[in-house]
Amino acid sequence: MVRPLGILAGLAFVAILLFSALTGAISFISEPPAPTVEQEFHLHPKPLHLASDGPLGRFDRQQLQRGFQVYKEVCAACHSLRLVSFRDLTEIGFTEPEVKAIANQWAIEVPSINPETGEPATRKALPADKFPSPYANETAARAANNNALPPDLSLITKARHDGAAYIHSLLTGYTNQPAELLKKFPDAKTPAALHYNPYFANLNIAMPPPLAADGQVTYADGTTATIDQMATDVAAFLVWTAEPKLENRHRAGIAVLIFLLIATTLGYLAYRNVWAGVKH
Amino acid sequence: MSFPWANHYEPKHPLMKWVDERLPLPRLVYNAVGAGYPVPRNLNYFWNFGILSGLALVVQIVTGIVLAMHYAANGAIAFDSVEHIMRDVNQGWLLRYAHANGASMFFIVVYLHIFRGLYYGSYKAPREMVWLLGLVIFLLMMATAFMGYVLPWGQMSFWGAKVITGLFSAIPLVGPAIQEWLLGGFAPDDAALNRFFSLHYLLPFVIAGVIILHIWALHIPGSSNPTGVEVKGPQDTVPFHPYYTAKDGFGAGVFLIIFAILLFFAPNYLGHADNYIPANPLSTPAHIVPEWYFWPFYAILRAFTVDIFGIPAKLLGVIAMFGSIILLFFLPWLDNSPVRSGNYRPMFKMFFVLLCVDVVILGYCGGSPAEEPYVMISQIASAYYFAHFLIILPLLAKLETTLPLPNSITEAVLSGQSGATLSTNTNTAPSAPAH
Amino acid sequence: MATGEQAAAPHGEIIEDGVRRRDFINVAAVSVAGVGAAAALYPLINQMNPSADVLALASIDVDLSAIQEGQAIKTIFRKQPLFVRHLTAKEIAAADAVPLSELRDPQSLADRTKEGHKQWLITMGVCTHLGCVPLGAGEGESRGEFGGYFCPCHGSAYDTAARIRKGPAPTNLEVPEYEFRSDTVVTVGGGKA
Repeated sequence: MVRPLGILAGLAFVAILLFSALTGAISFISEPPAPTVEQEFHLHPKPLHLASDGPLGRFDRQQLQRGFQVYKEVCAACHSLRLVSFRDLTEIGFTEPEVKAIANQWAIEVPSINPETGEPATRKALPADKFPSPYANETAARAANNNALPPDLSLITKARHDGAAYIHSLLTGYTNQPAELLKKFPDAKTPAALHYNPYFANLNIAMPPPLAADGQVTYADGTTATIDQMATDVAAFLVWTAEPKLENRHRAGIAVLIFLLIATTLGYLAYRNVWAGVKH
Repeated sequence: MSFPWANHYEPKHPLMKWVDERLPLPRLVYNAVGAGYPVPRNLNYFWNFGILSGLALVVQIVTGIVLAMHYAANGAIAFDSVEHIMRDVNQGWLLRYAHANGASMFFIVVYLHIFRGLYYGSYKAPREMVWLLGLVIFLLMMATAFMGYVLPWGQMSFWGAKVITGLFSAIPLVGPAIQEWLLGGFAPDDAALNRFFSLHYLLPFVIAGVIILHIWALHIPGSSNPTGVEVKGPQDTVPFHPYYTAKDGFGAGVFLIIFAILLFFAPNYLGHADNYIPANPLSTPAHIVPEWYFWPFYAILRAFTVDIFGIPAKLLGVIAMFGSIILLFFLPWLDNSPVRSGNYRPMFKMFFVLLCVDVVILGYCGGSPAEEPYVMISQIASAYYFAHFLIILPLLAKLETTLPLPNSITEAVLSGQSGATLSTNTNTAPSAPAH
Repeated sequence: MATGEQAAAPHGEIIEDGVRRRDFINVAAVSVAGVGAAAALYPLINQMNPSADVLALASIDVDLSAIQEGQAIKTIFRKQPLFVRHLTAKEIAAADAVPLSELRDPQSLADRTKEGHKQWLITMGVCTHLGCVPLGAGEGESRGEFGGYFCPCHGSAYDTAARIRKGPAPTNLEVPEYEFRSDTVVTVGGGKA
């Protein structure tokens, strides 16, 4: 009973599927999908090598501090970092008094309440606070940025495929729209409020090039601040904001793997010992 | 349990005697996984995956309970609570990555366990119940994993929930009502998130209960083996302890090594970057895909692109997706060849290899965008999947010529053909009666 | 061949001290696995310890400059009320006048304040009876019979040094660890906030 019904059901599924495949094939051949401007002109990120790469990667704290300086002086005006606390900065080499000063002098204050009137107010940040957002809410952010929402940067390198390389390529990738694009896709001219960037998914990004000139930031440690250097440093910093426990993870991983290799080898020898002389 | 030569439990230690006289739990353990349970001596490493599935479940339950101490199931703070775990909770990153990658490990070992069953005919009489219970466990696992993925409330969490709960609206007449009932609303929101958290915590314990039934059902006839020939006498078996406890210990080590490599060095490899973006009901991700272990089923779902006889393609896809698992419940009756193991069924073996390739292709298509050529490939691959179980296997059972079986496990072991490899060594001993 | 352990013995290995030498590898494997299991337990237990964000609020800075003589403020320390009172000379004198033998929990005002800062009384705002928040820190709140704090739940009355004088509370209001960073800033809870 089961088998004949099964065979019938099977034939039905196969028939429907092959019919669908056939109709799909016919429509594909008769009207092949037109190539899109993104397919042709979108670029994958250029490879980026950071000290934190690889299973034994560790952070370059000097670089992270430079990256933090870029974030503070260039990005923080529009991009929040709401999952990171000021106190976390001790992990990248700042001392506690330095962190207290950074928090206290942060341009954006933390929302609070006026203790006398109860009206919304702001107060200076403490190390225990998270980085305050430059905007009160999404609506305010969009209003200030031509209806575009500057994303929070805490997790950006994990929230984008090939995150660090993407950030670096995006920041260094602003260019003029190539003539051949306009020839092939005349309707795809970059709108006036947007900027052409082939590393961005749909090629036109609302953010104007944030790193406009070499030396835009004067690094505290004296490193020359080319656009590429600043982009690399801020990408490295954002890898840290997304994964502050990366070094712990790598260290623990090596220890655990060494232990497991030893334990599994012992386990294998014990297994062979137990089965010695037993035919199987 | 059913072998007369099995060792009997004789507690030596006075404490064990005392306990056993009042609650025969020591005896139960001894007879189930101890020296009192005879197991065929010729099992290969594919028989490790059952216990590894159990280990994976334990890992998920332990890490899950601990994560639940810090997670908040409310749309406004769920995403942040997971980041709190990753950044501020002591070793929180370890627990979260263990739980996320542990789910993948769980599916890897369960899929290998299922495919072992498919190749060696473990689903055949008298072990049909073991197979059916196993499929129930698999369905519960899929539900648990789906709900668990919603909890971090990232973009994929939300949109995956939207797509899957949206499938229920395809059911004629009652579909939209069922969808609203499931969600507690019109779209995934706090109501859905909270109930998914509750059920996600509950189902693993239901799975544990069904596993007990699954093992109980297995222990009635005892384990099968690579030859598919039943145990004939004490010379065919060894006691589970210490032989298979030792082998499982080694297997667990290998499992943990692979798990550790994933967890510590590639914790986001099997995940999707979009789930690190907080859920936004107003912005759909470019490509909505579930986790990798659902990809073959996702491919089958999306393969149906044409309405047939008034049945919408969406409904056909839903029926086919659930059908692809439901048909497995009928496998013991669809494939009623008296020869169990693929080692002695050369044509079956060839089709089995095709099935494995087919499932990998389906998986690849499921993870790809729903564009050509992936859609067409999914359609052909899905057609093969249904044809394999519903047409080919029943016909094979009738029409194939099988190789002669060894008379017993011991005979197979002594002649060097333990069935431990997928080779087609012909038997040198006197052949078994033809079928 | 059907039973495991007994079948191994006829292979003739030496039996020493009841542990067969060939079982050494088995014992070694199980022991190492046991060590691993114990180590795996550590993160499972440690995750319940206070997380980094909770520990970050384990110490706070309080600015004393706005608190007038005779005034007190209520603030939050480790998620609980903290009373910071600027004692008047009269209150200090009243506290010092009480003989220690009369006190349920004998402590002088000097014991409960810092050298050179006797006018600053910093205590938890949690009654030591069953945990209610006593009155007296806020403007216009009852300060009880002894002019300090008064707990309305069961009538415990504290004096100007926040010591228990009457009612069911067993001990004085707790004085947390604190340190003067300057004349106007106090760090409560140790560490450097």
